[in-house]
Amino acid sequence: MDLRLVIQLVVIGLTFFMLINASALLVLAERKIMGFMQQRYGPYLVGPHGALQPFADILKLLFKEELRPKGADKWLFTLAPVLSVTAAFAAFATVPWGAETTLFGLLDQPIKLGVADVNVGLLVIFAITSMGVYGIVLAGWSSNSKYSLFGGLRASAQMISYELSYATSLAAVVMLAGSLSVREIVDAQQGTWFGVINHWFIFLQPVGFIIYAIAGVAETNRAPFDFPEAEQELVAGYNTEYSSVRFALFPQAEYINMATMSAVATDLYLGGWHGLLPFYTPLDPLIEQYGLGWAVFLAKVGGFLFFYIWMRWTLPRYRYDQLMGFGWKFLLPVSVLNLIVTAAVWLYFNA
Amino acid sequence: MPETLVFYAFSALAVVASACVIGQRNPMYSVLLLVLSFAAIAGLFIQLDAPFLALALMIVYAGAIMVLFLFVVMLLNAPQEDALIWDRTHPLRHPVITRVGTLLAVVLIVELAYALMRGNDLAQGVGSRAGRETVSSVRELGRVLFTDYMFAFEATSVLILVAMVGAVLMARREGEQS
Repeated sequence: MDLRLVIQLVVIGLTFFMLINASALLVLAERKIMGFMQQRYGPYLVGPHGALQPFADILKLLFKEELRPKGADKWLFTLAPVLSVTAAFAAFATVPWGAETTLFGLLDQPIKLGVADVNVGLLVIFAITSMGVYGIVLAGWSSNSKYSLFGGLRASAQMISYELSYATSLAAVVMLAGSLSVREIVDAQQGTWFGVINHWFIFLQPVGFIIYAIAGVAETNRAPFDFPEAEQELVAGYNTEYSSVRFALFPQAEYINMATMSAVATDLYLGGWHGLLPFYTPLDPLIEQYGLGWAVFLAKVGGFLFFYIWMRWTLPRYRYDQLMGFGWKFLLPVSVLNLIVTAAVWLYFNA
Repeated sequence: MPETLVFYAFSALAVVASACVIGQRNPMYSVLLLVLSFAAIAGLFIQLDAPFLALALMIVYAGAIMVLFLFVVMLLNAPQEDALIWDRTHPLRHPVITRVGTLLAVVLIVELAYALMRGNDLAQGVGSRAGRETVSSVRELGRVLFTDYMFAFEATSVLILVAMVGAVLMARREGEQS
């Protein structure tokens, strides 16, 4: 078999492997960071400094009894978590995570780090993440429990509302880069202004980036927008009736969605694998030269994920009507305005 | 050959799922099967070199509109249609109405058959007839949409706005202020 094909398949497998591990690592990271912020240790008994805690968690969940409420819909109750986690994995398919590389001269032609590079990649990510809502809604409905149903209803309303601002903020970036391919958007951010500031879209789209970050948090149902599972009101929301592996798939989907959201933010606003820091450093040419772009990319994604967790343990939860009012009456108008202003400025300078 | 197989797989999925949408007694399953049928049709669009169309279908219909449908079905908590309780007094079961409906369905089928018999270029992709670039490239699609089909595009958006205003007006209760 062709060596190139084998390596491309390995890259695809590696992406999948990274995502599975990302969810386990994020559980640990979240508990450790939460512990740090609340001035306690967090998990520390399993392994050195609690590093093996995810394994213990997974084993515990695997050996629990799988329960299904009596009035639950048999098929949909099983389908919902599977749907949720499948959508989460599939959404990463068109997210590139490194520059083209020949693996230090091993290959004649460079391969692309990432699963697939399609010319409408951004729309693929968007289409598949919008499928993720079905998992949560169906989980809520099929459980035949009032708390679950409310969680599911809230999730569908919230995700539809914030999808609009999310997509509108991305449209401004697409306009600047002139392409829907995520790889081309990243490569449009190569270089610097005046040799000092890296050519990242966050500097051209500061408002867009903030809208993206807020809508992204709402899309992944994380605090301060975690209404589908608001424990003070809904026990555990849409996943109240779930146990064992079926339950485990929901947090896994949530953490993978967080990773996808951070990776897309890195690709679209933070220059992807171009430039380690916002300003030019002597390291940047070295990174390009030795093909370490993927490490820079992972570092940025890690930073964004830390920000995500930090936000969860710092901000209190909103009220549900505040969330809806904020989404429709503030975020959406601002994102549309941002798009129009971007278009006007772009036309002024380029036409 | 694999492409043909994929085509038949998607087509079969679309037809079977659509048939089940009507045959299903549980409205929840009907909504989900309709989503499945949209997904299969999106697959067919990708095969016809129209990825943008496929993704627009997924984002707009499967991702937003069907979620709202699901929302409504969940909120109304529509009961399963029971075959035993066949409500003969339902206004839609009036004999005149059923006969007119059957007639319209027959007309539709004849029209469809006629249209399909006439067309002799059905084996070609969508793109190859209108110039491949126009459909497969988002840029070209946008250009055509905002130049050649400007009027149709704007008229549609006004139509949707009117529908939206109407929905808001109907959702407001009688005599309610602001």
